[in-house]
Amino acid sequence: MTNKETENLINLLKNDTKLNFQNYTSVDNFVVCLGETKNLYNNLNILKKSETFKFKQLIDITGVDFPEREERFQLIYTLLSHEYNQRIALKINFKDEEIIPSIVNIFTSANWLEREVFDMYGIKFSNHPDLRRILTDYEFEGYPLRKDFPLTGFKEVRYDPEFKKVKYDTVKLQQDYRDFDFESPWRGSEYIASEQKKVGKLKND
Amino acid sequence: MTKQTKTMNLNFGPQHPAAHGVLRLILELDGEVVERADPHIGLLHRGTEKLIETKTYTQAIPYFDRLDYVAPMNQEHAFALAVEKLLKIDVPRRAQYIRVIFCEIGRILSHLLNVTTQALDVGALTPSLWGFEEREKLMVFYERVSGSRLHANYFRPGGVHIDMPTGLAEDIDKFCDDFPKVINNLEDLLTDNRIFKQRNVDIGKVSLKEALDFGFSGVMLRGSGRPWDLRKSQPYDGYERFDFDIPVGKNGDCYDRYLCRIEEMKESLKIIKQAIREIPSGPVMTSNPRVGPPKRSEMKQSMESLINHFKLYTEGYHVPAGEIYVPVEAPKGEFGVYLISDGSNKPYRCKIRAPGFAHLQSMDYLIKGHMLADVPAVLGSMDIVFGEVDR
Repeated sequence: MTNKETENLINLLKNDTKLNFQNYTSVDNFVVCLGETKNLYNNLNILKKSETFKFKQLIDITGVDFPEREERFQLIYTLLSHEYNQRIALKINFKDEEIIPSIVNIFTSANWLEREVFDMYGIKFSNHPDLRRILTDYEFEGYPLRKDFPLTGFKEVRYDPEFKKVKYDTVKLQQDYRDFDFESPWRGSEYIASEQKKVGKLKND
Repeated sequence: MTKQTKTMNLNFGPQHPAAHGVLRLILELDGEVVERADPHIGLLHRGTEKLIETKTYTQAIPYFDRLDYVAPMNQEHAFALAVEKLLKIDVPRRAQYIRVIFCEIGRILSHLLNVTTQALDVGALTPSLWGFEEREKLMVFYERVSGSRLHANYFRPGGVHIDMPTGLAEDIDKFCDDFPKVINNLEDLLTDNRIFKQRNVDIGKVSLKEALDFGFSGVMLRGSGRPWDLRKSQPYDGYERFDFDIPVGKNGDCYDRYLCRIEEMKESLKIIKQAIREIPSGPVMTSNPRVGPPKRSEMKQSMESLINHFKLYTEGYHVPAGEIYVPVEAPKGEFGVYLISDGSNKPYRCKIRAPGFAHLQSMDYLIKGHMLADVPAVLGSMDIVFGEVDR
């Protein structure tokens, strides 16, 4: 997509009275629109069916967790239009425990994508036909992609030859998980300049 | 007397040679006709996305090899492109050509495996033996350039790890001359084979409308008649410089998808030949010292280069805050990476969009009303690899 096409798309989005977005950004000609949860279903429906956009493919739903924010979760719906050769992303921010309307009625492909988001983040969708876990183990507990879920998890699985079956135990690590912090002042001249400024300021104080 | 009908549940997999990995498929059968299919996936889930969040950008690349493990470099490509876009760095021309060559080798690797195992699933043993012989040759090319046959870890943000060894380009070129003969042999065995056609024609049909709705991409979409290929429509890494065609199917059934794959292998050969003919000389890694490591010879002489190298491989580089979605045309369809950076040396979130995930989702729709014996045929033509579906 060229810069002009991107501008065109943003203008079309702004001028469509049925659509409801708060904010438009574009990075490298990839347009991201910020919307509200209550308008999500309507927005997606129009983007798919309207002749001006024809975003007929739902490519992906990405969940993101920002534990420090009040609106903790973010969902990003990535759409693709073959006719106009354009991509767009819709973003919503919402609080923990908020229930999101399912869009399986608009895009069939949303079925498993929403199940995955539910599995990984525990975000619930209303009117979803079959909201089960998808990638994790049967009877898995917790939501692995939340930032407060430990990398090593809670349970480990092993085969017990004595009972001839698979057993679940709490994770026992031979060695603690080590997370080295290599971020150090070595950031080149820019960093040195900014550090020197700070030192200068302190002296002046 | 009333006829009694009762559905039977059948557990297909997780250990089944025709399930192409670890798929547990719960089938509801009425006699031999499938009424419902419920795929249970995730048996190969390794938490790739979570792991990537705790690794630096360089350390994240090997995880991409382990997604679709029959075409590893195509996955690395998506990640490398995403990081490059966030870093706003350019890739040297030579590196782009090398990437194209190896992406197309990956495509042939994947299609060879798929076409021949699809034939194996419906009863033809010979193609897979012939196909694997060729795959071995291709994997030797992988080994010569990266040191490993499968998990290459070769594409890096900013270019490729090292230049191709001398003689490799000529050998790949020679392979491209010999390979069409093998494709012809495979086609002799399969394309007009009566049994193969009986098992595949009109099986697993999907219309264009449904294909779009299910989020299909790659061969699954082209088999239904839409000439959509990201290499043409949204070119990346200089694909616009190459002359190739997009094979398109007509009926959207398993047989058309097979034909598309065969033709795509021939197109890939065309691209590789062009790339080898036109490849420029020059560096293969960006000259930006923040991203590209210093040369070995410099490190022997200069302390700063040594420090730079050490820091690059421990702390890594910092990627400016931002987010981007970058798709590539992987052999199986649109493989995308949604990368969110918070400005540190590790990705804040890296969502992997796997084509197989969308394709497998349609299993219930595709198989409804077909016979039990058609399940492997449909699965085979979907080109499922569980590394990428489960992630």
